[in-house]
Amino acid sequence: MQAFILRNILQRLVLVFVVSILAHSVIHLAPGEPSEVDPANPRMKPEDIAKIREAFHLDAPLYMQYVYWVRDLASGELKSFKDSQPVLGKIWRRFLNSLPLFICATLLVWTLAFPTGIQAAIHRGAVYDRSTTFAAYTLISVPGFFLSYIVILWVVDLFGVPVIGLKTFGMDMAPPLFQTMDRVWHLVIPSLMSALGGMAILSRYVRSQMLEVVGQDYVRTARAKGAEEDVVIYRHALRNALLPFVTMFGFLLPGLIGGSVIFEQIFAWPGLGRLGYEAILARDFPVILTLNFIAAVLTLAGTLLSDILYAVVDPRIRTGLQGDG
Amino acid sequence: MTEDPKQYVEELPPSETPWQESLRLFRKDRLALVGAYVLVLLLFTAVFGKVLTEWVVVFDPEVVRLPEKFLPPLTFSSTDDVPAHDRPFGGIYLLGTDELGRDVFARMLQGSFVSLSIGFIAVGISLAIGILLGGLSGFYGNVRFGVVTVDTLIMRFTDVMLCFPTFFLILTVVALLPPSIYNIMIVIGLTSWMGTARFVRAEFLALRKQDFVVAATSVGARDRRVIFAHMVPNAIAPVLVSATIGVATAILTESGLSFLGFGVQPPYATWGNILADGKGFIFDAPWLFFIPGMAILVVVLAFNLVGEGLREALNPKLRRR
Repeated sequence: MQAFILRNILQRLVLVFVVSILAHSVIHLAPGEPSEVDPANPRMKPEDIAKIREAFHLDAPLYMQYVYWVRDLASGELKSFKDSQPVLGKIWRRFLNSLPLFICATLLVWTLAFPTGIQAAIHRGAVYDRSTTFAAYTLISVPGFFLSYIVILWVVDLFGVPVIGLKTFGMDMAPPLFQTMDRVWHLVIPSLMSALGGMAILSRYVRSQMLEVVGQDYVRTARAKGAEEDVVIYRHALRNALLPFVTMFGFLLPGLIGGSVIFEQIFAWPGLGRLGYEAILARDFPVILTLNFIAAVLTLAGTLLSDILYAVVDPRIRTGLQGDG
Repeated sequence: MTEDPKQYVEELPPSETPWQESLRLFRKDRLALVGAYVLVLLLFTAVFGKVLTEWVVVFDPEVVRLPEKFLPPLTFSSTDDVPAHDRPFGGIYLLGTDELGRDVFARMLQGSFVSLSIGFIAVGISLAIGILLGGLSGFYGNVRFGVVTVDTLIMRFTDVMLCFPTFFLILTVVALLPPSIYNIMIVIGLTSWMGTARFVRAEFLALRKQDFVVAATSVGARDRRVIFAHMVPNAIAPVLVSATIGVATAILTESGLSFLGFGVQPPYATWGNILADGKGFIFDAPWLFFIPGMAILVVVLAFNLVGEGLREALNPKLRRR
């Protein structure tokens, strides 16, 4: 087991290195530079541009820029082009804003998708199954911002739920209890809207996994020995259907950055996705690059975690896959 | 006992090819069938839309008629404000006009072609890369290339690509490149081939051990013949499914990019950018928002349903139940 984990970590480290090179070259090979963002600004004199270029090593050869980036990132001194703030600090603050939204949305997805999917699989072909199937496909197919705008139009008038930002402006003097309630209240609609798509996909997946398992011999055996239907479904079938979902944990983490750009933009949520969007608008290379890199590292960490979990849960993996990578 | 052996033969179900069987199963899935009809309709709309908006003056989507802006759907064009040659087809705005008095119906027609071609070309690129890399990895995976095998090389590269958050990567690259509709197609294609590559590889690995492939190899068929005559036709089903769903995803991605302001730039109209422009007029001119939104929803839904229908119909494992 230790060898299994160690080899996996080593492989991931090599991948991290390749990922960092790829991310760096994608950003720097594309045309367009931070100094060109605002060419109409009369205060940007050629010498200022030269100063910026020098400060950020933009004239150095590409591989040296890569070395500088890694060095600055490792020492935490990487500065944003836009406001010269340390990149890691910026990302950390935005990460703390994104985290509650991410946790709420993930909880919603996982708690709602499972019952829906299991019920659909049990009543395969019935009205419930067909209507949830259709609803799931509709949610997968609708552009997220289209649905969000419709919901915003509807809920703001009806329930008075806030849909902008993560807290009400001017609440800083309020008692801590009210501040917390205000923040939770602001979470409702954004987390629900960003959960809908994932919920639809996951419930479909749960359904197909359950269908796969329900036809197995051990489920028939459980029924034959006279176990109650609930016991058959939730103890014998569901436990075995859960196995593949262990791997899905790995792909949750990167959603923190990539999946949130549009929703954070809609709800003016100052999180990681918006930070990335603002950085792209400003050609803020260090921020874009570091965000992409962190997302990739998170994915790798996630898949490592799910590989280990899978090996813990399923002994076949531990013994069977020792030989190859 | 003299029984006619033919009698038994006639009682057997008529033999059908696998494709006929799949077609029969597909027809039984009513949602997928409706989806397929919608797609056929859409294809006609797109082709006719291209022809009409390109060469027929009354369908020109770029005619600006400032006196007639923000007209709701099914409004007649008033004859005095707009010169005769600028009037829409039949003198009626089927889907209303936008903030510049452009005919939304004509714009949607033009957009249907552009949106579809983004989907098809992006998926074409991603399939080409995915099949090439997956096939190489599955068939020539054991070939050594220095220290590493071809398989390791390709699959590790796929892993690396899978690490990046797709939408954020697309956004980054599209935003850094000069705005162009071709860049959007290419970038979506270049960032979405990993799934295809993985399952084409898996299919090829499984097929290589099948008896008919071993037989073909042992009678001396060339690699090219083994791959294209024997293996590709058997591996094509999942590719078809993922292509159908890929078009849907590409159309959604384009609308997401449009929402963030990095979509297809004027003068091209796509459903995504009509929708993204329409969101600013959601109170004054709701049709500018709801018409393209519903159109995208219906079309993407149709692609997804057809894709799922195909998956069920082409999968022999699901079929037996």
